[in-house]
Amino acid sequence: MSDHIVSTERLTKHYGGRAAVDAISLTVRRGEVYGFLGPNGAGKTTTLRMLLGLVRPTSGTAAVHGLAPGSADALRRTGSLVEGPGFFPYLSGTDNLLVVARYRGLGRYDVEEALDRVELTSRASDRFRTYSLGMKQRLGVAAALLGRPDLLVLDEPTNGLDPAGMASMRRLIHDLSDDGQTVLLSSHLLAEVQQCCDRVGVIVGGRMSYEGTVAELRGARMLEVRAEPVDRAARVMKAAAGAAFDLTDDGEGRTVLTGDADGVDVPAAVRDLVAEGVDVHAVAIKERSLEDVFLTMTEATR
Amino acid sequence: MTASTQNAPAKTRADNALLSATRAELRRLVRWPATWVLGGVWLTLQMLFAFAFPYIAYATGDPDAFQGGPMDQILDSMLPQSLPETLIAGTPMFGGAIVLIFAALAVGSAYSWGTWKTVLTQGPGRAAATGGLAAAVGVCVAGLVAVSTAVTYGLSLLVAAVESQEVVAPVWGDFAASVAGSGLILGMWAAAGLFLGAVTRGPALSVGLGLLWTFAVENLLRGAAALIDGLSYATDLLPGSGAGSLAGALGAASDGADGTPGVLDVLTGPQAAVLLGVYIAVFLALTFALIRRRDVA
Repeated sequence: MSDHIVSTERLTKHYGGRAAVDAISLTVRRGEVYGFLGPNGAGKTTTLRMLLGLVRPTSGTAAVHGLAPGSADALRRTGSLVEGPGFFPYLSGTDNLLVVARYRGLGRYDVEEALDRVELTSRASDRFRTYSLGMKQRLGVAAALLGRPDLLVLDEPTNGLDPAGMASMRRLIHDLSDDGQTVLLSSHLLAEVQQCCDRVGVIVGGRMSYEGTVAELRGARMLEVRAEPVDRAARVMKAAAGAAFDLTDDGEGRTVLTGDADGVDVPAAVRDLVAEGVDVHAVAIKERSLEDVFLTMTEATR
Repeated sequence: MTASTQNAPAKTRADNALLSATRAELRRLVRWPATWVLGGVWLTLQMLFAFAFPYIAYATGDPDAFQGGPMDQILDSMLPQSLPETLIAGTPMFGGAIVLIFAALAVGSAYSWGTWKTVLTQGPGRAAATGGLAAAVGVCVAGLVAVSTAVTYGLSLLVAAVESQEVVAPVWGDFAASVAGSGLILGMWAAAGLFLGAVTRGPALSVGLGLLWTFAVENLLRGAAALIDGLSYATDLLPGSGAGSLAGALGAASDGADGTPGVLDVLTGPQAAVLLGVYIAVFLALTFALIRRRDVA
């Protein structure tokens, strides 16, 4: 069996003359949590819809469980929540899930288990229409969990959840991953992806601009030094790091030397600075947050 | 963490997707308030126009109170022997409009609620999901015909008892034809509703267009056909012409004092039945093709 549970090859969808999704190639490995990142309107949901057979690609191919997307066998092994939950407003949470379960040939036991996993048991007999946004979202996730499919496709699952709800959703995703289920998670919330995902794909303007691990995406750690006089400090740091440091602004009008932190003996560099008569105000090692990377990437692509 | 149910996908594959879909859709239609509201409206109309109003006219002895007509004829229309006509008279226009609303809402609302997406991602296949919904709507229409028949029969017995009339059973062949004809007429309008729901992908426009067609457009076209030679060949083949002619052929009065709106006599019974069958097939085929081909947004 292939270790790619989802793979796409130059998947493209045009609406009118506009490419909503433009030649996306991505792979999701069995058992991982894959983060599908991008700003609103980047084409995340359209891509997921194509993987579920709801939308027919204009060109390109995709395979889910090695099968054509949207085929009965692929869908039976996939649970999904795409662009908000779609339920009958007049039915209770339990009845809505029973309708879905009946389509899958599952029973009441599976419904109760799914409701329990999203902590909705206490409101399960209330009509869907009376649910809060967060509860509707959780019922959507419960429907995706029915029958414990190998692959879960969750489109912005924390939409509408409060901080506590978000935390429990992240816990749920960890648990699912620990159980060996593969999760394909789309999000525009970077913190969420940073905490949950093994690998990420970044889509901007319909095009894939990065695919790899979160660590690779973030890149190297940065060393920041604020010291005066700047020119003398720059010379010392260049000697210590073996490469020139950039002069950047710290946002408050002060000049900061920034460079790759790898291979720099920081205490030795500080001693050298002091020995050269440089006043050291601050030395810090910074990891780039995914947010920085993401903003850089989306701005560069635009 | 509870025990895994990994055997589920293998088990379901053996199940018949169409049967699962029908049961699932039936479950949500039966629990839908709109189903009961529309069914109740039909039964209320049937009770008012077939029994309450004629009875008031009869009891007050004022022929002008209900469209005139001889008194014994009004009483006859409420007795068991008149059941074949009573059952079918209201179906071409009023019953048809009600099941059209029901079917159009069943398909159209599934788009506005986003439940098509939920259903189709469970893997039944689009044909089975559409077939399941069409079958479930069909079961509801059949249920409506059955309940309506029982209620109408009960009321006619009540009138006979209250007025101390001898109970004469209807001619059973006519009675069976009337029940089947009602089913065919309502089934045709339900298929039209499914089609409109699938075309417009929403409840409001589909219901609006359907009602505009049944209550206004067909009558206007028939009016125009009286002015333009040859147009009547086309208007005789409209869905409402088929439905009205079948009801007319099965005994419902098409004109005169006690004529029911929508009942016609432009086609013979067999012609009308075939026309309705063709419409059912065409509307269902178009519904399947539309749901199958289009992206679910």
